[in-house]
Amino acid sequence: MYTQMMDMAPADERKPLRSAEEHELETRFDARIDEGGFIEAKDWMPEHYRKTLVRQISQHAHSEIVGMLPEGNWVTRAPTLKRKAILLAKIQDEGGHGLYLYAAAETLGTSRDQMVDALHSGKAKYSSIFNYPTLNWADVGVVGWLVDGAAIMNQIPLCRCSYAPYARAMIRVCKEESFHQRQGFDALNVMMREGTDAQRAMVQDAVNRWWWPSLMMFGPPDAESPNSAQSMRWGIKRISNDDLRQKFIDATAEQAKVLGVTLPDPLLKWNAQREHYDFGPIDWSEFWRVVGGEGACNRERLADRVSAWDNGAWVRDAALAHARKQQTQAQAA
Amino acid sequence: MSNTQNEWPLWEVFVRPKAGLDHKHCGSLHAPDPKMALQMAREVYTRRLEGTSVWVVRSDQIVASDPADKDMLFDPAEDKVYRHPTFYELPEAVNHM
Amino acid sequence: MTPSIQIPADLRLRYLLRLADACLIHAQRQSEWCGHGPIIEEDMALTNMSLDLIGQARAVLTHVGQLSGKGYDEDQLAFLREERDYLNPTLVELPGRKAGRDFADAMLRNLMVATWMHLWWQRLQASGDTEVAAIAGKAVKEARYHREHASDWVIRLGDGSDESARRMRDALARLWPYGTELFAADEADAAAVASGLGPSRADLQPDWTAAMLAVLAEAKLAAPAPSKFVPTGSQGVHSEHLGYMLAEMQYLQRAYPGGKW
Repeated sequence: MYTQMMDMAPADERKPLRSAEEHELETRFDARIDEGGFIEAKDWMPEHYRKTLVRQISQHAHSEIVGMLPEGNWVTRAPTLKRKAILLAKIQDEGGHGLYLYAAAETLGTSRDQMVDALHSGKAKYSSIFNYPTLNWADVGVVGWLVDGAAIMNQIPLCRCSYAPYARAMIRVCKEESFHQRQGFDALNVMMREGTDAQRAMVQDAVNRWWWPSLMMFGPPDAESPNSAQSMRWGIKRISNDDLRQKFIDATAEQAKVLGVTLPDPLLKWNAQREHYDFGPIDWSEFWRVVGGEGACNRERLADRVSAWDNGAWVRDAALAHARKQQTQAQAA
Repeated sequence: MSNTQNEWPLWEVFVRPKAGLDHKHCGSLHAPDPKMALQMAREVYTRRLEGTSVWVVRSDQIVASDPADKDMLFDPAEDKVYRHPTFYELPEAVNHM
Repeated sequence: MTPSIQIPADLRLRYLLRLADACLIHAQRQSEWCGHGPIIEEDMALTNMSLDLIGQARAVLTHVGQLSGKGYDEDQLAFLREERDYLNPTLVELPGRKAGRDFADAMLRNLMVATWMHLWWQRLQASGDTEVAAIAGKAVKEARYHREHASDWVIRLGDGSDESARRMRDALARLWPYGTELFAADEADAAAVASGLGPSRADLQPDWTAAMLAVLAEAKLAAPAPSKFVPTGSQGVHSEHLGYMLAEMQYLQRAYPGGKW
């Protein structure tokens, strides 16, 4: 989902190669990528490849962490103990995914503190979908169904990313992810099939608000994503934004029929010739507005993360102080 | 801008999911001391499953070699697992990088 | 609006609801930390513990529902009682992260509660009620972990920095007086001992006090002097904080009568 961010990275980081040796290294690097090989942490890599990956992986990690907040909003109001437990487990998974990804990013020469600093100062981004509010309980189910559904679609190809620590992290993530989408769909299905009219209206209301933002998760159209080509070349990105978005729509439109909800797109229609769903125009001005900081929850999400980190500073410092005291005592003994 | 000297150290985590298998490298995490590193490794990488064995090692304690790059074996600064900023102690004056 | 359910006046149910509600309400407060912990690793530990507590609450509430003779399920019991029918000790309903209480407060509260619950679950393994004994068999391992986690943190914070020590002292001054209620036994405890259901909560006090003082000593903290304050949450007479917590927790169940989730 997080490749969305990569397309907007500056393309000005390519430095001219300095020597024949570096040229040789790059040729070998390109050959390894072309034959589907992997790059590990200590391997030579172009500086632009390294920087692109640090940005993508860290922003992916930030997205997982910020993504804990819209769902966390409903933990204390979950309607049953089972749903409360499922929601907590899901949010915990997201925290874990963030950790796997920070770990992968750190292999490229950055540190957790540096990455957190970049997020909190606004230099690093996270997936814009999390700047939308969760306004009713059905939003939690819809986030599982649509947002996690879109994430899974983005993440499966990343399991074959050329940078191996990222690919391995993604394999672990994907194993845990399918439960997320299933539990969301299940929560909605129960309300639609066995629930009251009021519950069904709640579900439809949530779908109406989350559908279009979910489509935006795949990033701008291919024609407006200049950095995609380089990322494809390097085996970081495997499938284009538009192709992923189409795949998502085709799968989800069928799932919507099973649920009995209407997707809020009057132009959504199966095209027998293309063998895909046709769909209406996406309001990209909304996307850029939200990415640019003017979505409903941008300020609150970041403020929550900054406040958790800042309020935790004394805790982290105390733990280190205690550890140092223990070490000193051990050495003196 | 951020002072990496106050960051919790980085630890690498190795898990053996069940008897008979090897420990496998899973990833890393930050913890202030060995006990928490082990506890956190169980929380994050095993979700506290019984019967798993967990090793944690401070990342800067791992000595690594990469046979493919023979030149690197002779450079002591290259024997760390990866180029994490806290592995390399810089002089105070430039420690803000 | 979904109306409240009524619990039969029964000493056995009373005893078990004190246990279940301690788990439920403590989990509810602790879950406020999800997504807001001092570092993500700790966030996951706190969430894991909330999940354990919810599991314990569900198991005991389900059993209470069966024993009640009214066929109540875990959710009716969790979400549809009147405030006076919740029997958690006041300690666990006190304001938490959302009200500005810090991590020292959370860890001390966890230490007090987890030490108490560990001792209680240990003894419940010998319960004459086989279902309770079975639940205890699983819960005791979780409670031991929670107790260890909280002990480690109280020690780290008590013997960490000047600031963390100050915050721990503040937390002690604020929370310690709520400890006495954990051992305030009444006829429900006497009945539990007589029937073999479980120990009197009063019996847990010596071990609890010894354990707490040992951890505090290692944390270089002093236990406050005993106070005359007597909280009464486990009698169903709560602080002002439970009402707000229940309003939030019960909202969907009350607002969607007949809802299926």
